[in-house]
Amino acid sequence: MRSPNRMKDYGSMSKEPEDVRLSVIDERIKDVKNIIAVSSGKGGVGKSLVASALSLSLARRGYRVGLFDLDLTSPSTHIILNVGETQPIEDKGIVPPKIHGISYMSITYYSGDHPTPLRGQEFSNALIELMAITRWGDLDFLLIDMPPGISDATLDIIRFIKRAKFLIITTPSKLAFETVRKLIELLLDLHVEIIGIVENMKLKKSDFIKINMDKLGVRYLGEIKFDEDLEEALGDVDKFSETDFFKKIEEIAEEILKTLASGAQ
Amino acid sequence: MHEWALAEALISTVISVSKEEGLKRIFEIGVRIGELQDIDLEIFKFALMQLRPDYLKDAEIKFKIIKTKFKCRVCGHEWSPKKDELDESIREAIHFIPEIAHAYLKCPRCGSIDFDVIEGRGIWLEYVKGR
Repeated sequence: MRSPNRMKDYGSMSKEPEDVRLSVIDERIKDVKNIIAVSSGKGGVGKSLVASALSLSLARRGYRVGLFDLDLTSPSTHIILNVGETQPIEDKGIVPPKIHGISYMSITYYSGDHPTPLRGQEFSNALIELMAITRWGDLDFLLIDMPPGISDATLDIIRFIKRAKFLIITTPSKLAFETVRKLIELLLDLHVEIIGIVENMKLKKSDFIKINMDKLGVRYLGEIKFDEDLEEALGDVDKFSETDFFKKIEEIAEEILKTLASGAQ
Repeated sequence: MHEWALAEALISTVISVSKEEGLKRIFEIGVRIGELQDIDLEIFKFALMQLRPDYLKDAEIKFKIIKTKFKCRVCGHEWSPKKDELDESIREAIHFIPEIAHAYLKCPRCGSIDFDVIEGRGIWLEYVKGR
């Protein structure tokens, strides 16, 4: 028999206790083929609208699609898609409900319409918790609607989902471009794959974004004109699908599929 | 039943630590559970029994429940929420995502929603004893 001094006592002295949730994040997304983080350095550029429309467009093409609203303090996809009274199913974790053919998860299932202020570490904790307990199952695409900026959410997704690819949204504005440029530089620096950029809310002809994307080596996936009818279509998926915005997203979805099929950039 | 998801996470962590440390037999596992997580310990234990691989069958699992403690960032007040004061649906939401506490709770002294959870969240593997 081995002597008792061979017994190892992990964690008693030198090691920090392990956060057990981190060990199952990969397991929860192991059957998801493509993970797309819809992101921007700037708020209000249409990330949630693009993420919602793209999810619908891909689902209607027959792909199995999930949409994870990671804008934990300011979620909005539940309004765009009008998720109503649906609830996640509890089954050895939580299984996202199907909304218009999309497996959908949002913090609003738990926070309701209450403001949920979260500081950095708390944001990370909520994100880890959701990722550890949500069972996405078999999916062709999981789209993540990211909050704006390059703080906790972006860093956490890069840290926990190494194979996430970024779809970047901007407007024609120099102000949006300035923050988007920083996001792109960060992603390139960290060797994170960028699928391409979508220029939203275009009001007049300009090559400013396209020229700068060419310089940065980021694929320009298309432009979407400012759509005056979009606001009225929010919450009504049939109306939403008839907007010029949505039709343009259908074309961009085609470009994204081609880009992914060719191995992105 | 998200106790199952957390039990799976704990077993997965123990397996990975055992491999790292070269442990073939495990005698004892120490687990720290935050009270805020509101885990049903019986379901959690049952899930652990069902999910653990053979080499963990004889391991004793010791649980330590850590009381919830909040600290207000505005006035510095520290407090522990009383379970009975919370509505069942709020407890359920916090059970799934403890940070949801920020959507429903306020500092009882100054009313601020700007507080930190300083103790009592999460599930942690504290130690594994084996050889």
